[in-house]
Amino acid sequence: MTPLQFVLLVFSISLVAGALGSLLGLGGGIIVIPALTLLFHVDIRYAIGASIVSVIATSSGAAAAYVRDRLTNLRVAMVLELATTSGALTGAYLAGHLGGRWLFIIFGLVLGYSTLMMVRKLNEPDFVISNKPAPWADFLRLHSSYFDERLGHEVAYRVTSTRIGLGLMYVAGAISGLLGIGSGALKVPAMDLAMHMPMKVSTATSNFMIGVTAAASAGVYYVRGEIDPFIAGPVAVGVMLGAVGGSYVLPRLRGTTIRLVFVVVLMWISAEMFRKGFAG
Amino acid sequence: MSDEQAFSRKASAIDARVRRVELTISNLLRGGVLLSLGLIVVGTAVTFAQHPRYFSEKAELQQVITPGANFPHAIGELSVEIRQLRGEAIVTLGLLVLIATPVVRVAVSIFAFIYQGDRVFTLITAAVLGLLLLSLVLGRVE
Repeated sequence: MTPLQFVLLVFSISLVAGALGSLLGLGGGIIVIPALTLLFHVDIRYAIGASIVSVIATSSGAAAAYVRDRLTNLRVAMVLELATTSGALTGAYLAGHLGGRWLFIIFGLVLGYSTLMMVRKLNEPDFVISNKPAPWADFLRLHSSYFDERLGHEVAYRVTSTRIGLGLMYVAGAISGLLGIGSGALKVPAMDLAMHMPMKVSTATSNFMIGVTAAASAGVYYVRGEIDPFIAGPVAVGVMLGAVGGSYVLPRLRGTTIRLVFVVVLMWISAEMFRKGFAG
Repeated sequence: MSDEQAFSRKASAIDARVRRVELTISNLLRGGVLLSLGLIVVGTAVTFAQHPRYFSEKAELQQVITPGANFPHAIGELSVEIRQLRGEAIVTLGLLVLIATPVVRVAVSIFAFIYQGDRVFTLITAAVLGLLLLSLVLGRVE
C-alpha cells in the first residue's frame, strides 16, 4: 500500500466511523482503533493517539449545536469533569506502562460492554423523576430543565446520586485516557441510570464531556510523541465530516436494523481484539 | 418598582449575558474546528507535494506509520518546522488547535460563572482547567 492509498482509505473508513458514531451516540474511536490495528497493522499506541483526536473533533463539532439548544447541563458537566479529567490523567499515565496486549484485552472488554448497553438501548425505558434526597445536587444547584421537541414542552428534572456519578466518571475517564476513546458508552448510563437524568440530556452532556476528557489525555499523548500526523490527520478530518454528514442524513435512515447490524459487527470486533490480546 | 420586579429584571439581564457567553462559546468551538480542519487538509496536501514518492512507493508507508516515525512532537521543534513550512508540522499544528478547543471552552466558561457571581462553580471550573493544563506538564515529565 502506498502512503497515498493509506491516507485515502483511512479517511474513508473514518468517514463511515464518524457517521455511525453520531447515529449511535458513540465516538468514532470504537471503530477507528480496530480498523487501524487489524486492517492496516498500525501500532496500537498510534491508533489510540489518532482516535483521541477524533473524539475531540466529534465532541466540539456537535457541542456547538447542543449548547445552543440548551440540552447540555453545563453545571453537571463541570462537576463531573473534575472526576473524568483526573481519571483521564491516571489512564494516560497507565497506558505508558501497560503492554500492547493488555490494551487489546481491555479494549475488547469495553467494546463488549458497550455492545450490551446498545442492546439495552433497543428498548429504552422512559425517564421518571426521582424523589430521592440529593444534598450535593441541591447545594451545587444541578437540577434543571430542557425543552423537549418531541413532547413540545419544557421538562424539569432532578439530579441525584452526585457522589456515585463522580465515582463512575472517574472510571470512565481512566478508560478513555487508557484507550483513547470517548467512553460515552460508560458516561451516558452513569448519568441516565445512576443520576436519574433524562436520556437526551445525558447524551448531550456526555458528548460535551468526552471532548474535555479527551483533551486531558491528548496532551499527554502528544508530548509523548504518540500522535502521528500522518495517521491522526486523515482520521480527524474523516470522523469530523462523517459525524456532521451523519447527523443530517442518518436520522432519516434510522431503523432498528442498522443498530442490530452494528451490534453484530461490534461483537465480532470485540472477539477479534481479545484474540489479538491473548495470542500476543 | 417593587423589590421583586427589580430582582427579576436583574435576573433576566444576567440571563441574557449568560446566553451571549454561551453563543460566543458555540461560535468559538465551530471556529476552532474549522481552522483545524483547514490546517490538516492543507498540511496533508503540502506533505504529499514535498514527498512525491508518497504517491507511488509502497516502502515509504512503513516509515511514516511505525514507531520512530519522524514528526514534530515538542513545541520548539514544531515552531521551527512550521517556519520551514513542513507539511507534517502544519498537520500537527491543526491537531493541536483541535486539542485546544475544549480547553479554551472550559477557560471561557470560567468567565460565564464569574458573570453569574457563582463562586463555587468558578472554583470547580478553574480546577478542571488546572487538571487539563497539568496533563501537558505530566506528559513532558515522563
